[in-house]
Amino acid sequence: MSDRNDILPTRQTMAGIADQLTGIPLHFPAERRWVIAMAFASALLLLLMISMTELFTRGVGIWGINIPVNWAFAIHNYVWWLGIGHAGTLISALLLLTGSEWRNSLNRFAETMTLFAVVCAGIYPILHLGRPWYVYWMFPYPATMGVWPQFRSPLEWDIWAVLTYLTVSLVFWYTGLIPDLAAARDRATKRGWQIFFGITSLGWRGAAIHWLRWSQAYRVTAALAVPLVVSVHSEVSLLFASGQIPGWHSTIFPPYFVLGAAFSGFAVVAIIAVALRSWFGLRNLVTDDHLDVLGKVLLATGLMTGYGYVFEVFDALYSGEAHEMRTLLDRVAGVYAWTYWGAVLFNFVPLQALWWRGVRRSGWALLLISISVAVGMWLERDMILVTSLYRDFLVSSWSKFTPTFWDWSTYLGTIGLFLVPFLIAIRIIPMISIFETKELLHEEKEKGHHG
Amino acid sequence: MAERAYGMLGEFESSEALLAAARQARAAGYRELDAFTPFPVEGLARILKIQRPTISLVGLISAFAGGGTALLMQVFVNYDYPLNVGGRPVYALSAFAVVTFELTILFSAVAMVVAMLWQNGLPRLNHPIFAAARFHLASKDRFILCVKSEDPMFDEQETAVFLAGAGAASVERVPP
Repeated sequence: MSDRNDILPTRQTMAGIADQLTGIPLHFPAERRWVIAMAFASALLLLLMISMTELFTRGVGIWGINIPVNWAFAIHNYVWWLGIGHAGTLISALLLLTGSEWRNSLNRFAETMTLFAVVCAGIYPILHLGRPWYVYWMFPYPATMGVWPQFRSPLEWDIWAVLTYLTVSLVFWYTGLIPDLAAARDRATKRGWQIFFGITSLGWRGAAIHWLRWSQAYRVTAALAVPLVVSVHSEVSLLFASGQIPGWHSTIFPPYFVLGAAFSGFAVVAIIAVALRSWFGLRNLVTDDHLDVLGKVLLATGLMTGYGYVFEVFDALYSGEAHEMRTLLDRVAGVYAWTYWGAVLFNFVPLQALWWRGVRRSGWALLLISISVAVGMWLERDMILVTSLYRDFLVSSWSKFTPTFWDWSTYLGTIGLFLVPFLIAIRIIPMISIFETKELLHEEKEKGHHG
Repeated sequence: MAERAYGMLGEFESSEALLAAARQARAAGYRELDAFTPFPVEGLARILKIQRPTISLVGLISAFAGGGTALLMQVFVNYDYPLNVGGRPVYALSAFAVVTFELTILFSAVAMVVAMLWQNGLPRLNHPIFAAARFHLASKDRFILCVKSEDPMFDEQETAVFLAGAGAASVERVPP
């Protein structure tokens, strides 16, 4: 942002921002809509509970997976959810370090999104275990059998990466939240809220030395979170790339996955930004300028993902390896070609509208394009898994994959698992960072004074 | 004699006013100063002569601790139960890299936040400063300077007059 174009309207006051943002949890303005959304989300969560009960009772055979397509919806949705989560960290941490002012209105709900998306992602590998009650075998504990986990396997790396990511996201999110919880505590008038915010704000009082230590902890954690995102999704891609399955065994996978993750995640951030600002009347804080920048980032990450598509094809052609070429052909012209072309269509065609400034600044247009990207990336993750697996080396082991009702119900259920805690979070914590918004407003006014 | 107050608060309407007042207070000889602001104010630490925090050092040490723990753990389990997979090396540093990196970050991030809370004396349920009637504005839009009673120059009347003279919009005594 240049100095002259302030991203926040400078006519507002700090007190106004504090009252507006703490007012959302303290005097919740959209009770009815929230109840309707919550009812919908709870229904989905109930669906997940039922699906999990069925799964734990009857086993993974209720899904459409088979040999050779032994990794389908569970792993595909795992990658999709985890990828969505990454954008929250990137917005929060990377843009904090680069000093991008537009981040301050988006980081809180983007981080909240990360947290719950990672939870959704994290349950999938466990559900997929077959015997999920043995998940503790992944941890190095002195077992009576005298064996240890296999640390040279990407499947073992996975649990460390995801748990680290979840913990660091939680710690980063909460650290950023403490000063705002204190602001809400100081505005609360009802006894219940005073106790809730009094305890959760940990007695924060905004002392100079506290801010100093806090800033250092927050910034260095941010600096750690950025490479963490890259490492986690690279590690996820190694689940595929370390294997020898054609279509997976490629060095392009780590960057391809990380960029795709950022792409889908920014799309979901845009969806949430547009929804929240119209829901709670936050146009003064999530301005059209914010949508404009989000649109640009979405376009940029989309084009980088598109580059990944091109290079994936190039990689197969350049290898000249028969199975790789066969998989490429299966992708673009096999029975699952619709997932490939669906991914291309949903990911990249509506995206091109973002070249126009008017489209980027329109909430509706950005919302529709972002939904299209989320769908496209979902198809892409499906395509990468299924088209590689259903026909591998031996013709005798070729098969097909058809998702069953339980595949779909588990997937829809995780949307409930995402939405329920997210809606609760909207209800009880300030969804836009109060102090960072004030800090930014202060800086903008300063600049205004000094010309 | 009445109980000794915790300190005297001066409330300022902008961070510039707070910085100016803090500078004046230092110049006047006050040493036990504290400031409460709605967001981190640049330059305040320099005026109040607050030392650079050591959080990042904690982070660095913990990073080494995390990396070392992860590496030792992986080497040990492979030593204790060597799995020969197609004759590949048992101590495969490249395969240990991911978990080592993750634990480096995990230890470092968690230790820094714990250190931040620990050094700040948080969490705590109450603090004398919360008894001040206008203190809650420090999380809204006011900038508060506090002269603590431990200061050798502290005197309820004089300090109050000084703060008002430094441009405070209101001055308040914090009960002990």
